Amino acid sequence: MGLLARVGAGDLAALARLATYVENQEPLGLEAIERLYASTGRALTIGLTGPPGAGKSTLIDGLISTWRERGLRVGVIAIDPTSPLSGGATLGDRIRMRERPDDAGVFVRSMASRGRRGGLAPATAAMIHLLDAAGFDRVLVETVGVGQEEVEITRFVHLTVLLQIPGSGDGIQALKAGLLELADIYVVNKSDLPGADLLARELSGIAALSSSLDPKGEDAVPVVRVSAVNGDGIVNLVDAIERIGVRRRDASNLDRIARAELVAVMTESIRTRVEAATNRADIDRLVREVADRRQTPRRAAEEMLAALSR
Amino acid sequence: MSESTQSTERTAPIRVLIAKPGLDGHDRGAKVLVRALRDAGFEVVYTGLFQTPEMIANAALQEDVDVIGLSILSGAHQALFPRIMDELRAKSIKALVVAGGTIPDEDVEPLKALGVAAVFGPGTPFQAVIDFLHENAPFRVDEL
Ligand SMILES: Nc1nc2c(ncn2[C@@H]2O[C@H](COP(=O)(O)OP(=O)(O)OP(=O)(O)O)[C@@H](O)[C@H]2O)c(=O)[nH]1
Ligand SMILES: [Mg+2]
Repeated sequence: MGLLARVGAGDLAALARLATYVENQEPLGLEAIERLYASTGRALTIGLTGPPGAGKSTLIDGLISTWRERGLRVGVIAIDPTSPLSGGATLGDRIRMRERPDDAGVFVRSMASRGRRGGLAPATAAMIHLLDAAGFDRVLVETVGVGQEEVEITRFVHLTVLLQIPGSGDGIQALKAGLLELADIYVVNKSDLPGADLLARELSGIAALSSSLDPKGEDAVPVVRVSAVNGDGIVNLVDAIERIGVRRRDASNLDRIARAELVAVMTESIRTRVEAATNRADIDRLVREVADRRQTPRRAAEEMLAALSR
Repeated sequence: MSESTQSTERTAPIRVLIAKPGLDGHDRGAKVLVRALRDAGFEVVYTGLFQTPEMIANAALQEDVDVIGLSILSGAHQALFPRIMDELRAKSIKALVVAGGTIPDEDVEPLKALGVAAVFGPGTPFQAVIDFLHENAPFRVDEL
């Protein structure tokens, strides 16, 4: 039996194998998504993001348990950074998630960011489709530990959960723009530590202000206090995700995600095609001309793009 | 069978699982190895201490690693390795399995007989491990 048929029969070994081809963007992986895409769109997809060490992986372990109790299958994509020097990566998210060898309703896959910026990996969207097609009801994506400006994840999932932790120094004043504006749920994790009340109040204040200024009159972003290590508040978080998930799957949001992915794939293929169509000598010559101020960067770029239509 | 062509060479980093079976609580050696492999361009999944054979096999399966490195200090290898190898076989996991740690010379051949491809004793240069993995990591081929 081929991989697709085995994945269809719920074989996680085949799914893991196929995930490798998808992650590597090899022909077999691209072809798999061609065949599977029509049967995707069933899963609720959720991004989990926040600074390094905020407890994203630990929290995912609790979310898995809660959804499993409710009879839902959970797929997880956990991304860690690739070293820009060696191209290697340490993938350590799995340490915080219990192995569940007897449960075919849980699949956790680590991915390295492989040079992509913004806290994601190059094949993140395709991997979401794969887990969706494999029948997981909830697909969670843990980003690389990121700062406020890394909003990429919000483009590819139905909703985004932003984790913050108490006592993180300069506090919320620094968090003016970025993820705070785009997240759908704020989580105060490590609520067992001092300072959680203050942080929750600050976040609620920001949420209320944003809502009052919102031209569409969106509800205030909920603030959920959680302790991922002892499990407090996780059920509340799951309830909030489910509630908002319903709204985030309306037509306008589905269009938003489709548009984002289309643009991302197109940008990437233009880049690879321009690179393939321009030879090294031409690039070196253009670089020289720009460095010598004989040509503007913009004109040089236009010339490279023109190679596409030759 | 699909019309798409199967790659015939590796296009991505080798994926390695480093696992720490058994009950001893020391993972400094394992962590240093994880770092050395990362710096040599491998993608290394590290699953932490106290892994049972079932947990190791589950992680290896879901992560689809090319290599499983078992780090052991406790002397429990005689009891653990047969169970781990059985578990991997039961799940049809084809990864290259290597072991490292304090394993007495006389136990090396029995481990190899179980299917462990190499045993790296204390003081093995990282480069020797890296070279071995590059030469022996399996290249797998599938049909869609
Ligand atoms: N006190 C306390 N510690 C926590 C809580 N949640 C997680 N931690 C601890 O915080 C540390 C980091 O947790 P992770 O789950 O690895 O955090 P992460 O956000 O996934 O980290 P990266 O993936 O490296 O960005 C671990 O030592 C956890 O045990 C919590 O609710 N309370
Ligand atoms: Mg993590």
